[in-house]
Amino acid sequence: MAEETKREYWRWEETNWVNPDIKWEDREFITVGIDVGSVSSQAVIMADGEFFAYGNMRTGSDSPDSARNALKFALAKTTLTEDKLHFCIGTGYGRVNVPMANRTVTEIACHARGANFMYGPEVRTVLDVGGQDIKAIRCDDKGKVTNFLMNDKCAAGTGRGMEVFADLLQVPIGEVGERSFQIDTEPAPVSSTCVVYAKSEATGLLRKGLKTNEVLAAYCSAMADRIYSLLERLGVEPGFAVTGGMAKNRGVIDRLKKKMGIEPLKTKWDTQLAGAAGAALFGHALCKKGKGRRK
Amino acid sequence: MITAGIDCGAKNTKSVIIKDGKIIGRGSVMTGFEQSEAVRASLDMALKDAGLSLHDLAHVGGTGSGAKAIKEADVTVNDIKAIAAAANFFFPTSRTVADVGAEEGRAAKLDEKGNVVDFAINEKCAAGAGAFIEAMARALETSLTEMGPMALSSDNAIPMNAQCTIFAESEVVGLIHAKTPRRDISKAIHDAMAGRIVSMIRRIGVNPDIVMLGGVAYNPGFVEALRRELGLDKVCIPEKPEFGAAVGAAVVAAKNGN
Repeated sequence: MAEETKREYWRWEETNWVNPDIKWEDREFITVGIDVGSVSSQAVIMADGEFFAYGNMRTGSDSPDSARNALKFALAKTTLTEDKLHFCIGTGYGRVNVPMANRTVTEIACHARGANFMYGPEVRTVLDVGGQDIKAIRCDDKGKVTNFLMNDKCAAGTGRGMEVFADLLQVPIGEVGERSFQIDTEPAPVSSTCVVYAKSEATGLLRKGLKTNEVLAAYCSAMADRIYSLLERLGVEPGFAVTGGMAKNRGVIDRLKKKMGIEPLKTKWDTQLAGAAGAALFGHALCKKGKGRRK
Repeated sequence: MITAGIDCGAKNTKSVIIKDGKIIGRGSVMTGFEQSEAVRASLDMALKDAGLSLHDLAHVGGTGSGAKAIKEADVTVNDIKAIAAAANFFFPTSRTVADVGAEEGRAAKLDEKGNVVDFAINEKCAAGAGAFIEAMARALETSLTEMGPMALSSDNAIPMNAQCTIFAESEVVGLIHAKTPRRDISKAIHDAMAGRIVSMIRRIGVNPDIVMLGGVAYNPGFVEALRRELGLDKVCIPEKPEFGAAVGAAVVAAKNGN
């Protein structure tokens, strides 16, 4: 509303997928995890604890609709219908508004569990950079949370802060990471404490004649500083996984990696799915204990 | 003795000329990118207003976030000392002063001579500064000058959940979509910001004669919310409150210059 531009530079691609090698009819338990975040919503469908399908889209103004849409989007490429699902767990900021959920689990627990599955049991530290918060989580080899720290009060270091910058500099959000490295010298970071200050500093840098890519670099660097200070407070143990949308932004993550001196673990899955995947896995565990619903 | 005080702020640079305890000239320009140019322009404006030239000044005090760019200053005055001196200058009985600028907020507790006893400062978060209300005015698609009166016309107390300016923008958009009357949203915005400034003032202690300085003091919606939050009958605001820190710098320059 405030900075309305003709193009919506923050808008990232929504995706859905189905695993063609899984015949859901042959599986015992079909569970779904729905993660309704402040900015994005995901539904992950698992067949006996394996990725079967998912949908990843932007959260609308209404949480119940966002949950329904994400599930519909995940089911779209499958022959599965909603009534065939054995258990559904809601998680994320909007988890109390997931109408089809049998129960809810906090996103902290889900992210740790999902990261354990997506990145492997060696994960001990999970960094989730979401739309409106940053979470640093320590977990054991089962993906059980042992400690965590969170910033959900302030946009500095979050995905929303990056969206504001993409709009300000008119750079599509998917290109921010690459372009922040297309520079000759690394500029000093802008304010890492407040996005509003960072914005006014960035405007000053542009007036001073810095190129867009350099200003992007200055902001990515500030984001890395902010995230690093949270991780430092928690203490990082190797086996480091980054989840959430920011994991796709090399401009921030590569700079963070350099500060930490730790190489993050890789995954073949979409990093935004960790929360919903963890929720689906909790559902699977409950079904195995006989607590699931059979239809 | 004639002295000048220059306050080079995040948004505007202000200069005042004081002669024997009386303000005789003022000048204010946008700081823009070149701070030293803004300093010169505002000082020239104030000198012209007073009908004087640079040679007539015994001392020049500089303050503000851009104090380093004030080459004309022979006395550098820190922000807290400047607002304390200004509060004492305008309202000698005051013991607490709050200065809310475009990007920073600060409060000081002072003794009867205007010396600083304690202070609190926010320069980390825009949610406690003028930038917050400016961003909210954009989200409400209204002007800054209409925001305050709009808030005064509302009796409804709706809470704002977001602390952060960026998140509050989304919240305001959400409230507009939910058909919340704009005056109620405007009141919620001012209440939220006043709450932050009051919690900063409480850290150093509330005294009855509270002085408010800074451009935000022009906003009647904010001043009323602040008064209500503090539980006081009134808040003391000098004429042209945005020149507060500059006045303080001129006062300190008169005292400390040699």
